[in-house]
Amino acid sequence: MTAPRHIVTPMRRVRGLGAARSGTRDFWHQRVTAVALVPLSIAMIVIAMSLMGRSYAAVAQILGSPLVAILVLLFVAASAYHMWIGMQEIILDYVHEDKLKLLSLMANAFFCAVAALACAFAVLKLSFGV
Amino acid sequence: MAEIEAHARAGRPLSPHLQIYRVTMTMAMSIAHRITGAALYFGMILLAWWLIAAASGPNAYAKFEWFISSLIGRVVLLGYTWALLHHMLGGIRHLIWDTLHGFEPAEREMLAAATLIGSIALTIVLWAIGYLTMGGAR
Repeated sequence: MTAPRHIVTPMRRVRGLGAARSGTRDFWHQRVTAVALVPLSIAMIVIAMSLMGRSYAAVAQILGSPLVAILVLLFVAASAYHMWIGMQEIILDYVHEDKLKLLSLMANAFFCAVAALACAFAVLKLSFGV
Repeated sequence: MAEIEAHARAGRPLSPHLQIYRVTMTMAMSIAHRITGAALYFGMILLAWWLIAAASGPNAYAKFEWFISSLIGRVVLLGYTWALLHHMLGGIRHLIWDTLHGFEPAEREMLAAATLIGSIALTIVLWAIGYLTMGGAR
């Protein structure tokens, strides 16, 4: 019997999850959100362009109407997740110092969470009119 | 990093970085994809401002409108428009590549050019529509 060529167990190898323990999850989720964001971005451009230059009352009413609000919420959710993964990719490429990397990754998560929640709250407030 | 530093200390050659390669169209569009992605990341602040202003009331919305119709605001919005379109077209290019198509030299060049020309053309079209329907600069 020959000695094992490496210390990784067969189970670990067959799962193929790699050092980050998450395998290709980020890659796949980046694709799913990207596909979603193509029509959602087009919808967002149409919404933004049709609201530019309108009165405040009209903007508030249209942004709060169900169809528009749902599209904006979907755009915000998909964007926040997509940009979280994307910026994480950039940070991991360029930031090598451990502490700074950790802080950057945290700041990235916070920024995306705050941006998503702020946008979503504003749209929901317009929708429910309180 | 520790690895890179260890290599540098030992005087071993490092893998060359961007500046050593001749700039190609596909390389430039790859860099542009990353830069526009990062720009859109911070562009989210503009979207959040717009939505929060609309949810806050007429005064807050007037402040946003003042900014976005100022020269700086327009330049930012123009950049946002182009970045969004370029990143979208670049993303579609990546999705095509994910299906294992478009890797031939001519196809790569065509897709890279299409990303740049398409995004600039669409930006011009959208802004022309915007100015025509809103009666130009006010």
